[in-house]
Amino acid sequence: MGKPRLAVWKFASCDGCQLSLLDCEDELLAVAGAVEIAYFAEASSNLQPGPYDVSLVEGSITTAHDAERIKEIRRQSGAVITIGACATAGGIQALRNFADVEEFTRAVYATPAFISTLDRSTPISDHIQVDFELRGCPINKYQLLEVINAFLNKRRPNIRAHSVCVECKQRGTVCVTVARGEPCLGPVTHAGCGALCPSYNRGCFGCYGPKELPNTESLAAWARAELGATDRDIKRLYHNFNTWTEPFRSEGNRNG
Amino acid sequence: MEKALILTLAADRLDQLFHELQGRGYECVGPTLRDDAIVYDHIESSADLPRGWTDEQAPGHYRVKRRDDDAYFGYVVGPHSWKKYLFPPERRLWQLKRAGQKFDRTDTPAEPPRYAFIGVRACEIAALKIQDRVFTGGQFTEPKYAAAREQAFVVAVNCTQAASTCFCVSMKTGPEAQDGYDLSLTEVLTPEHSFVIRVGSDHGREVLAALQTAAATPAHEQAARAGIENASQQARKLETAGLKELLQRNFESEQWDDIAKRCLSCANCTMACPTCFCSSVEDTTDLTGEHAERWQRWDSCFNPDFSYIHGGEVRKTTASRYRQWMTHKLSTWFDQFGSSGCVGCGRCISWCPVGIDLTEEARKMRESEGTCHEGS
Ligand code: SF4
Ligand code: SF4
Ligand code: SF4
Ligand code: SF4
Repeated sequence: MGKPRLAVWKFASCDGCQLSLLDCEDELLAVAGAVEIAYFAEASSNLQPGPYDVSLVEGSITTAHDAERIKEIRRQSGAVITIGACATAGGIQALRNFADVEEFTRAVYATPAFISTLDRSTPISDHIQVDFELRGCPINKYQLLEVINAFLNKRRPNIRAHSVCVECKQRGTVCVTVARGEPCLGPVTHAGCGALCPSYNRGCFGCYGPKELPNTESLAAWARAELGATDRDIKRLYHNFNTWTEPFRSEGNRNG
Repeated sequence: MEKALILTLAADRLDQLFHELQGRGYECVGPTLRDDAIVYDHIESSADLPRGWTDEQAPGHYRVKRRDDDAYFGYVVGPHSWKKYLFPPERRLWQLKRAGQKFDRTDTPAEPPRYAFIGVRACEIAALKIQDRVFTGGQFTEPKYAAAREQAFVVAVNCTQAASTCFCVSMKTGPEAQDGYDLSLTEVLTPEHSFVIRVGSDHGREVLAALQTAAATPAHEQAARAGIENASQQARKLETAGLKELLQRNFESEQWDDIAKRCLSCANCTMACPTCFCSSVEDTTDLTGEHAERWQRWDSCFNPDFSYIHGGEVRKTTASRYRQWMTHKLSTWFDQFGSSGCVGCGRCISWCPVGIDLTEEARKMRESEGTCHEGS
């Protein structure tokens, strides 16, 4: 039996999540030892045809062409794992979903006629069945290794869906909301970063997207009443990397 | 009966205590100022204590402030508790390596740490006793907890002021430590800045013997009593009479839904609480499948997966999770461990990011029953 074949795909994204894989350095050798990296354009020009056992997909769907391409990847792949806020939620580029895309293209491009784009940026799971979604902007490389590892060893990934607050408290970080009065999305955000931002004394931006049971409304109400946040501040907090997820989208829309 | 020995140590001799403990092989841990809060961390000497600082606390609110004196212990409890030393937030339980058809255990169990806890408040001693019952009181003993606890030297500090979130008086746990310490200190600023010290164990007596102390005068004892009396003036109260039964007859109350509108199910309260003891274990493998590890991490009844059993989660809603937390703390804990699970430290109130206050929620639950009273 050959080694499992891994492919890494890019859609509308900044490449940061793929870079997390390259950034694994030492562990990358172990990955390369355990799998055949059959398709990874960011790392090698040796692009092997499918089928693939595991496909990692970065980026959101923003063109009609990509909407077709992802279907072909699904057909060629055993497991599809989406990585990062773009692939799992539509990304920061989904901010355009609230506006008129044609108006943007007219303002930005010299020859807007050359631009062929959908009017919305959407997550991969809107288009195909996805086997696992790994969140973050960018993803955490240890979590990525854990997911690859779990799929290879046929076990459930140890990716916890609780709040960022749990990670804050586990590492002993002082809560920036309580001790400094800074708004923080940690209580409604999916864990995974290890509470990075609060450990640098700033609030969480919600780059891992909504956690399970995200009470965005209560958090917004507290920020308004007790922390002096304006509706616009709150909207900007929620309408960010994960703006197109239902809880963050609606909460942003409710505020200003 | 022999009168309890009460001595004083001048404030400028406090480092003698550190030196003596360090000389006996203890790592001193205690309050220190970091990131706008008074946290518990490794401390070398009295210079690491938050001297001249205090804290201001309210639901969802904590600020450090300058005092107008040089007190070493002029604040109450902060975001950390001693449980992080005895029951760490995450730890590896074991490591295995594949050896042919079997696995070999490759880690060597570490020597238990030898901590001296400096500045343990009365409510925290009550919390230590609760965790002792949880981890060592039943049929099974948590060996790592037991070993670290056995080694620990406890320097209690009696509170001379309370925060607005404190309610140890209601819970009968403070503000004065009655037992459960090796030494107890009450900081006084008159007749001169010093510590009024009581001995709670033979270890404590030995350590104290090495310090340059003097007999406490009536003026010292009077100042210590006045400080503790000041800390006993607490506006926050939890009516404990009949509380256990109150919660158990209100499983279906609409109050839980009202709380769930505000509660974020973020688990801060449980993580900050000095008595909460839940954890989960995770097994991991490496890419080659040659190594496996088991990790233990703090977990919480507010987390998804926590109540996962075959077929799904038992507690899917925030209302059911808050009900679990509060009913366990204040009610079913009596059935399980013979006491309340709450010591009145107020951490869950201060460190809740939306200021949910369990004393207030308990009061509202009582009120929601209207005029129907039950005996306590
Ligand atoms: S800093 Fe943010 S993530 Fe951390 S505990 Fe506070 S609210 Fe939660
Ligand atoms: S609850 Fe009581 S013992 Fe605990 S810190 Fe407050 S005053 Fe001190
Ligand atoms: S329930 Fe709240 S007040 Fe009671 S011991 Fe826990 S953190 Fe302290
Ligand atoms: S009571 Fe507060 S701290 Fe506890 S889970 Fe709810 S929002 Fe979080």
